Amino acid sequence: MNQTVKNTILFAIIALMIIYTGFAQSWNSALLIVAMGLISSIMALGVNLQWGFAGLFNVGIMGFVALGGLAAVLVSMPPTEGAWTTGGFAIIGALLLGAGTVVAAVMLMKRMAPGIARTLAVIAVLVVGFFVFRALLDPAVQAVEAINPAQSGYLGGLGLPVLISWPVGGLFAAGAAWLIGKTALGLRSDYLAIATLGIAEIIIAVLKNEDWMSRGVKNVIGLPRPVPYEIDLQNSASFVERAAGFGFDPVEASTLWVKLLYIALFAVVLLILLWMSQRALHSPWGRMLRAIRDNEVAAEAMGKDVTARHLQVFILGSAICGIAGAMMTTMDSQLTPGTYQPLRFTFLIWVMVIVGGSGNNFGAILGGFLIWFLWVQVEPMGLWLMNLITAGMSEGSALKAHLIESAAHMRLLTMGIVLLLVLRFSPRGLIPER
Amino acid sequence: MDLLNAFIALSNYVLIPGIAYGSQLALGALGVTLVYGILRFSNFAHGDTMAMGTMATILVTWLFQSMGLSLGFLPTALLALPFGIGFAILLLLGTDRVVYKFYREQKAKPVILVIVSLGVTFIYNGITRFIIGADDQNFLDGERFIMSARDFKALTGLKEGLAFKTTQGITIVTAIIVVALLFWFLNKTRAGKSMRAYSDNEDLALLSGINPERVVMITWIIVAALATIAGTLYGLDKSFKPFTYFQLLLPIFAAAIVGGLGSPVGAIAGGFVIAFSEVTITYAWKKVLGYVMPEGLEPDGLVQLMSTDYKFAVSFVILLIVLLIKPTGLFKGKSV
Amino acid sequence: MSNDPYGDRGNKDWSVGNAKGQGSIMPKASGKTHPAPGGPFLIGDSMTAGYGAGPDILHDCTIAVDRGEIAVIVGPNGAGKSTGMKAVFGMLDMRKGHVRLDGEDITNLSPQDRVAKGMGFVPQTSNIFTSMTVEENLEMGAFIRRDDFRDTMAQVYDLFPILKEKRNQAAGELSGGQRQQVAVGRALMTQPKVLMLDEPTAGVSPIVMDELFDRIIEVARTGIPILMVEQNARQALEIADKGYVLVQGANAFTGTGKELLADPEVRKSFLGG
Repeated sequence: MNQTVKNTILFAIIALMIIYTGFAQSWNSALLIVAMGLISSIMALGVNLQWGFAGLFNVGIMGFVALGGLAAVLVSMPPTEGAWTTGGFAIIGALLLGAGTVVAAVMLMKRMAPGIARTLAVIAVLVVGFFVFRALLDPAVQAVEAINPAQSGYLGGLGLPVLISWPVGGLFAAGAAWLIGKTALGLRSDYLAIATLGIAEIIIAVLKNEDWMSRGVKNVIGLPRPVPYEIDLQNSASFVERAAGFGFDPVEASTLWVKLLYIALFAVVLLILLWMSQRALHSPWGRMLRAIRDNEVAAEAMGKDVTARHLQVFILGSAICGIAGAMMTTMDSQLTPGTYQPLRFTFLIWVMVIVGGSGNNFGAILGGFLIWFLWVQVEPMGLWLMNLITAGMSEGSALKAHLIESAAHMRLLTMGIVLLLVLRFSPRGLIPER
Repeated sequence: MDLLNAFIALSNYVLIPGIAYGSQLALGALGVTLVYGILRFSNFAHGDTMAMGTMATILVTWLFQSMGLSLGFLPTALLALPFGIGFAILLLLGTDRVVYKFYREQKAKPVILVIVSLGVTFIYNGITRFIIGADDQNFLDGERFIMSARDFKALTGLKEGLAFKTTQGITIVTAIIVVALLFWFLNKTRAGKSMRAYSDNEDLALLSGINPERVVMITWIIVAALATIAGTLYGLDKSFKPFTYFQLLLPIFAAAIVGGLGSPVGAIAGGFVIAFSEVTITYAWKKVLGYVMPEGLEPDGLVQLMSTDYKFAVSFVILLIVLLIKPTGLFKGKSV
Repeated sequence: MSNDPYGDRGNKDWSVGNAKGQGSIMPKASGKTHPAPGGPFLIGDSMTAGYGAGPDILHDCTIAVDRGEIAVIVGPNGAGKSTGMKAVFGMLDMRKGHVRLDGEDITNLSPQDRVAKGMGFVPQTSNIFTSMTVEENLEMGAFIRRDDFRDTMAQVYDLFPILKEKRNQAAGELSGGQRQQVAVGRALMTQPKVLMLDEPTAGVSPIVMDELFDRIIEVARTGIPILMVEQNARQALEIADKGYVLVQGANAFTGTGKELLADPEVRKSFLGG
């Protein structure tokens, strides 16, 4: 059986599983799995670019995804009335000053001769800068957060169409990746893993605490949508008529239609990114990347700038994760920083990449769909299993209650087992690199 | 008098909590650094190993409590600790046999083992939540304070109170004992030296007749003990919640790296560096400064450099600074 | 790399792991030994061997050393000299041939078990524990011994007085020649029945090289047969009782050290006239 046939069969199996979900559960959940599967695939594509083609170990995917989510808020939400004049500009000024302080400290580090004088000067600049920064920032933040705290209490966004936030999310993530990559790559040895792990936590902490920016844990809800609202569809006579023509009631038809529109949008993005990744990897640039990966010493000897290539691919991969993050927040139409957890947004994506096949873009997509499907469906399966196990137990038994309640945790266990089984018995993934 | 009060306040809110937290981080970082040194990979499952060991300790503690066993003014958990350690040892040795051993035999590269440890993280995390749930569990009993703030004030007549929690006392004493034992083991015993030799040069260790599987086994046993002790002390001092333990991974890694990965002394130093930076930068200095500053110059605000939610950011920035100045960590680790 | 599923894809992130010091000797289960009397003390007899599923590197190659002898393996770069040593020590996959030690066929033993049988091996590189003190290096050499090894350590210190002086210093801080002494000393600590040295003088200055050769002769005089690979063919053959010239993994010339030195063809091809 040749590889193409095998791959087609693998994708067909997943399609069948999703269609089965549609019949057995509901078409709504089936379409939701497809939509999130598309987003997951895009994230996996980004990580695959970094790991599969350059061997970079990024454990801060969550942070880049969250930056994409932030972009969705900052681009699409309407600006809060009066927030900019009361404190917005002051906040921006303070942030610029903070950045200036860091730059000044770095310049001092570079310019002055090493010694106690330099250390003291750098510390002095940082300390003074920090207090001035806080003195400027704190009152401005208070002023902004005081504006109608129950509803806004933040700067708001630019009020632009939400679709713009997708590339912007990519840019945000790329910017963060550039900063991280600049510091963590290209010393004699890298420390990218710990750097990404730390930055991701910091990004989430900022999102949770800087209320003036995105309302923190109070969440931003009701983001504008790129697709029509269900309620509008239900009120539209022509839509109801068409739905009736297909034999659907208006409510169900509207939710399905909205999801289909999202799926179409996501699929377009995925296809574009997939096309670009494939093109890039068969270009001289991609061949060079693989040459570096497979024999860095030789590539370096041939004059290839390994660090610069690694930085590029790290930025690109992170940007893709940022785009996916913006897309996800768009579909949720809310930003809830409390829900960003490393197991779900970092390690799960890794499972997708490894299971799908490191170094193969189609593998990443397959992994994205398969693992997302499992992530969603293991819980009902676990519940079913637990109900089966506990069927014989008496009603109200503590063990029974505990077991049924614990079914929710089965998904973590399953993901771990799937990852370990694939690594052990099919280490190159379901669709191996050619 | 004011200076004394300031010092007491400082001890109460910064020094003592910092030392206790630092000891917990140091014990955690020692486990990470040993796995890094001997098995050559960063074990992402370490936080969840701590959670598993602590969970076992908690379950045995509850059993003892229901049987009426106790240690008087000390927490019953100390009595249950050996059982927790035993469970963790079995767990890690079992995991090694089923999971890690295969990759060792294939001479898999460290980064593959890290990915493997991600899988183990998922599994441990799932099992912990499955058995004990995702919620907070409190298992502290016995006397809460060695010295309460009220007693201290009554005793000294000072305005500031100094509270010294039992758990803090236990943490510090246990950490000292454990670290002393570990260093004695690594530097003085035949088995400990063979671990260092294996860490230094696997092939040569083999050619010297050192059995690699034995070295690995001893390492997992020590790591299990360290993880369970660190986890239980942290749980007693704060509280037990699986997710918190998973998140401890970051400060623990930061501590191990700041100290120099693979260096036990470094892990301890790193633990305290990270703990003290977190505590001092997120502490509101108003009270201390109020005593120290001359009349009229007392600060109005809280003088908190950063909100406590940014403690991760603090450990991370410290880490960055150390790496930029000394790329191998404070104590030369195994890197580069 | 992409055909090794457990490779690292060029990752050099030390915050995930540290491959430095990771072993290359593939673990393998030990098979049985059986008596095979007669022949030299240690012999790798008609060995055909390679790594894993890879091509054969040695072709019907024979290397042997007898009691009280120094046997030297010389040859051009890439001739399979070190490979031959490793094959004798069981670090390769033997396709054909046998290894016999002291009247026993040990072809199926793992390297660890050969150490226990009394074979001492000093690899060419990474042959000391750099982070441990000199004394700890020697202690590790004696790891398999459960008896009192202080006498042996004293003997090693007698042989290499500089090591006694530096015994509490980390071995990694020593000079090249001193490191080689530590390496040989470590191997002697097992009280081996035969000592195998892979290019003991690699990378040391000529003066140190002479000294090292003197020491090696001294070790041989204590009755331990020595099998060594040498880059400096002329000097090595001068002290050799037996010499093997390998070319492309096969025996090209064999004889006593003197014979080989006198052989015009050997002189022309390998000793520079």
